Amino acid sequence: MENHYAIETQSLGRVYKIRNPGKKENKTLTALEGVDLQIKPGELFGLLGPNGAGKTTLIKILTTLLAPTHGYASVAGYDVSKSPDDVRQRINMVSGGESSGYGLLTVRENLWMFAQFYGIESKEANQRIKTLLEIVGIADRANSRSSNLSTGLRQKMNIVRGFLTDPEILFLDEPTLGLDVGASRDVRSFIRRWMDDDPKRTLLLTTHYMIEADELCDRVAIINKGKVLACGTPASLKQSLQKDAIFHIDLDSPKVLVESVFSILPGVTSVKIHDNENKTIMDLVLDEESALANVIATVTSQGAQIVTLQKREPTLEDVFVKLVGQRMEEVEHADAPAS
Amino acid sequence: MAAWLGWKIESNWTDPFLFTIYSIVKPLAAAMILVVMYGVITNNQFGSPVFAYLFIGNAFYQYVANVMVGVSWAIVDDREHYCTLKYLYVSPISIPYYLMGRGVARVLITTFSVFIIMVVGVAFLHIPFNPAQINWPLFVLSLVIGIIMLAMLGLLLAGVTLRMAQYSFNIGDSVAGALYLFSGAIFPLEVLPAFLRPLGYIMPISYWLELIRRSLVGGVAESFPTFAAISDVNLLLILAALSVLFGVVSVWAWKKFDWEARERGLLDQTNNY
Ligand SMILES: Nc1ncnc2c1ncn2[C@@H]1O[C@H](COP(=O)(O)OP(=O)(O)OP(=O)(O)O)[C@@H](O)[C@H]1O
Ligand SMILES: [Mg+2]
Repeated sequence: MENHYAIETQSLGRVYKIRNPGKKENKTLTALEGVDLQIKPGELFGLLGPNGAGKTTLIKILTTLLAPTHGYASVAGYDVSKSPDDVRQRINMVSGGESSGYGLLTVRENLWMFAQFYGIESKEANQRIKTLLEIVGIADRANSRSSNLSTGLRQKMNIVRGFLTDPEILFLDEPTLGLDVGASRDVRSFIRRWMDDDPKRTLLLTTHYMIEADELCDRVAIINKGKVLACGTPASLKQSLQKDAIFHIDLDSPKVLVESVFSILPGVTSVKIHDNENKTIMDLVLDEESALANVIATVTSQGAQIVTLQKREPTLEDVFVKLVGQRMEEVEHADAPAS
Repeated sequence: MAAWLGWKIESNWTDPFLFTIYSIVKPLAAAMILVVMYGVITNNQFGSPVFAYLFIGNAFYQYVANVMVGVSWAIVDDREHYCTLKYLYVSPISIPYYLMGRGVARVLITTFSVFIIMVVGVAFLHIPFNPAQINWPLFVLSLVIGIIMLAMLGLLLAGVTLRMAQYSFNIGDSVAGALYLFSGAIFPLEVLPAFLRPLGYIMPISYWLELIRRSLVGGVAESFPTFAAISDVNLLLILAALSVLFGVVSVWAWKKFDWEARERGLLDQTNNY
């Protein structure tokens, strides 16, 4: 089963059974459906999607923690279902937004122990731990018990644990979730640097932050409701909107503006209106710029005034809106009751 | 390595005082309650072989609870408290091997505690203990086989724990508690109603405790009929055979439960769903 991809999936799917004590029939939930991905060695690949999109489910399947219910997945050329041990030799994984670790052990001990599980020689391990802790800026806490660290610092420790074993393929599930702006930036630049240091390294990360996918990743797959909707470099994804004209308009409106009034106008691809601190903001995608005149006329006829109007470059958010018809935040709020 | 972690976790009760209480004073107190109860019931017949029988059985039974708990509780600990189980699974180490390592610390601590209790028994309660009469080879061999056997039972319970994600109750403790009555620890199996006895006869623990007693105080064991007809060697063979049998079942069950847990996504379940 030779193949030259670091990660490959073919019509990969996962259905969860949800136990329903009251009723006879068990409900099922499709978390992932028909996912086809090919990731080459050396790529920094991003999975971008809102809460509940299936990102964690995909990572769990690829890291051998969860069996797929449909399709096939291979990591480093090994089938995750048939040869999990071969896969485990070559990967590591970190999930953000949780504080794992043996609280009784110091940061150094936690890391050292995991290095031992990967068969890294003790001296080498200590050397790497020292370097990595310095890079993420927690070297001064190396001898603190990990239970005494704040959540953010623990997460940094956890991230170090992922890089420590220098895996062929590294999986990061929302690595910056819950970190403050500065720490997130540190983590992102470290990820980039690690990838640049060795062209054979492969990294798959999930995120629901647009900038993270845009700035960091070589290629991005946009995922929603378990399906991959688009896949490509950030530039090529945005390119698909290049022929469209995108405007960001700040309005001063005495009454609530309704999207449907605008979306029926000729030439309007999509329109999103939301309020932000007494301002009304309209994000507009037009087939061609000439349609703008009509929109402005309608705004005025609704009794609203335009405060600022900017034409801007497309972002991955726009790509998401175009594919899904909703902004990522809206998708998340709609799904709020699901965990 | 896992043993090192086990030691750190088991011994690092932040406080050596608590640690002493937990590993020495508590078992000692339990033994004393037993002694007092015995004294009341039999009118202080401490010289009777019955007393030595139950005292030794009770002391060594600590291994049963501690090893089984040590091995199986690591699953709950790592999955729910430390959230590290998934990272262990993703790593190249074998989980059963890791669990055994976690159990090693318990074995050491238990050995210490059993030793103390035996010393107390011999010094103050006149357990008929004659160092010259101890059958050391039999004792050491039985102890080693027994600990391996208990670790395998622990693996079985670890598999059940892994599979049964919803409740983090201590299955090792419960099973050890239940088996206390069915393995001849404090009274011979004959005391049980006939229909419950087979449980004692298929548990390797019963044979193991008998071997420990025989090797330490030969005379005492002879006054009980349960296994009197079986020679030391045969008893050892039975223990070994049953241990292998349970070992095979445990490994098989572990693999099955492990596979099912992966199938259902239970490896990182932390009671959120
Ligand atoms: N063990 C489980 N049992 C049942 N349903 C589950 C289970 N794990 C996840 N789900 C459901 O599967 C869907 C996908 O979940 P998943 O965790 O993969 O999403 P995600 O993209 O990682 O989202 P988030 O951003 O919230 O982490 C969700 O609707 C979730 O509720
Ligand atoms: Mg997730």
